[in-house]
Amino acid sequence: MATPTTPIPPPQAPLEIDAPAPRAGTARLMVLALANFWILFFLLALIVYFSITTPNHAFLSTTNFKNLALDTSEVILLGIGETFVIVTAGIDLSVGGILVFSGVAGGLVMLHFSGTSAQVDNLQYPHASTAIPLGIAVALAAGTGWGLLNGLLVTLLRLPPFIVTLGSLGMAFGGADLLTGGTNLSSVPTGFQNSLGNGTILGIYVPVIVALIAIVIAHVLLTQTRFGRYTAAIGSNEEGSRRSGVPVDLHLIKVYALTGFLCGLAGLIDLARFGTENISSHNTDNLNAIAAVVIGGTSLFGGVGTIIGTLVGAFIPTVLQNGFVINGIDPFWQEVLVGATIIIAVYIDQWRRRRTSK
Amino acid sequence: MSESPLLRATGIQKHFGSVVALRDANLELVAGEVHALVGDNGAGKSTFIKILSGVLQPDGGEVLIDGRAVTIHNPQAARELGIETVYQDLALAGHLDAASNLFLGRERMLPPPLGWMGFLDKRAMRRRTEEEMRHLKIGIKSVEQPVLSLSGGQRQAVAVARAVAWGKRIVIMDEPTAALGVRESLMVLQLIREIRSSGIGVIMISHNLPEIFEVADRISVMRLGQTVANFTKAETSMEAIVTMMTGAESQYLSTGSS
Repeated sequence: MATPTTPIPPPQAPLEIDAPAPRAGTARLMVLALANFWILFFLLALIVYFSITTPNHAFLSTTNFKNLALDTSEVILLGIGETFVIVTAGIDLSVGGILVFSGVAGGLVMLHFSGTSAQVDNLQYPHASTAIPLGIAVALAAGTGWGLLNGLLVTLLRLPPFIVTLGSLGMAFGGADLLTGGTNLSSVPTGFQNSLGNGTILGIYVPVIVALIAIVIAHVLLTQTRFGRYTAAIGSNEEGSRRSGVPVDLHLIKVYALTGFLCGLAGLIDLARFGTENISSHNTDNLNAIAAVVIGGTSLFGGVGTIIGTLVGAFIPTVLQNGFVINGIDPFWQEVLVGATIIIAVYIDQWRRRRTSK
Repeated sequence: MSESPLLRATGIQKHFGSVVALRDANLELVAGEVHALVGDNGAGKSTFIKILSGVLQPDGGEVLIDGRAVTIHNPQAARELGIETVYQDLALAGHLDAASNLFLGRERMLPPPLGWMGFLDKRAMRRRTEEEMRHLKIGIKSVEQPVLSLSGGQRQAVAVARAVAWGKRIVIMDEPTAALGVRESLMVLQLIREIRSSGIGVIMISHNLPEIFEVADRISVMRLGQTVANFTKAETSMEAIVTMMTGAESQYLSTGSS
């Protein structure tokens, strides 16, 4: 991008520093807007495509949309936490492990306190009303605890987040297996399943409502508060932020702890939806969460990112999967297409970065 | 020197292990003056200003501000004394806009209860930034565009504006024009004049002698960790400065490092 040459102003005149920023032509603006919103257009195009092509327009039904939202709610929660971490120029590979560990820990506490093992085996939970809140608290505390550990290791030991969270991923998965002895949990209290798992409020599944609330809070947190400002500043220039008086280490610990908390919440939803915690089905959660964030336009290099982008990014895989299943297309194609979408998304991000920084 | 100095540093020493970076650094900064610090590479200029901005702790010597002895434990303490530093490598967050950078680490919050919940008063910060930009006659199109998308000169201007906005008494600049083109350098020099006219003392490191003679009121020459000369601009010439900087160089060549 050539700097337009203008004559040097006389020293006394108020100085117009440099030329005004390069004037954006209409075409250029449209391209930039497209680069920012293409993923939303892509999602809308997929929805339209599947709505037309599925037999009897089954994709378009209310029930299907409700299920889509339900299936995406856990990834949304993980993706929100991952967005904050990636905006700080970090990465959290441990989200799936923390989700499972929290779900297992919460589930075990619920089972232990809701009745004798004989009663529980017969799906009787006499003390469910105290056991459920206790289990919820333990799951959230476990998630937050793992997040805190990640944050402390990243800041105090100055280890790369990639390594720290790769390590805690393994530890959390292993820890969950140790807690359960490698078997699935018994079925958790039905009251818990019916409220947080399959329960609905105004026709919307409770996990979806939880995810919606999390989205609104996270969006406000990232865009309107000092917490969000510090998150972006650290990702943009960590040393500069430190010299400016931003409590960098403390803030990073908070960000990883927040992510851990959201993993705990997702673990509870998982436990409630399926009545148990299936450890092996969460092996790729971290990749799905990162994919949602990256597809949503958050830069892996830190400094910029949006919660809304992550929301859209989280829906792409589930919409593809859902549409393919209804259309009878081999759902393995979903993985192929999601992979391609990630590559395109990162390419567009880099292209955009080259545009804005000369 | 009739005016009482804003800052007086005497006999500052600093060593890193067995390497002596500063053996006797001195500086007297008067309010409303631009004080240039010159010297060859390794003369100790950067170490000296790092001590004044709280990044490093001296091993000896004394720093007085308004005649009062102070200890500058860290950058935060320097800021509280009204000393702001513009670092050479532009300590701005590129993805944030000018207003966010100006207030980084010192955000203005909304009134309670929203402020307690961490909500930023973006409008107040934007307005204050625009005022500061106007005051310094910095013409950037919008204080809301990412600093990354500005030119090098505009970014430096934002960094300087931040220092001026908070540095009530002393602004330290480490080679403020080193990374800039001719036109942008002129702009930053003009900015330095603006700062001086508002009564702030400026300490400026530079390698560019013509530039120093254009903007500085006083020039200190450092060599091998020592302040070897201190001139007003009228008392000296570029030739004299160069001689002071390098005059004994051949004699010390093998030891001149820090």
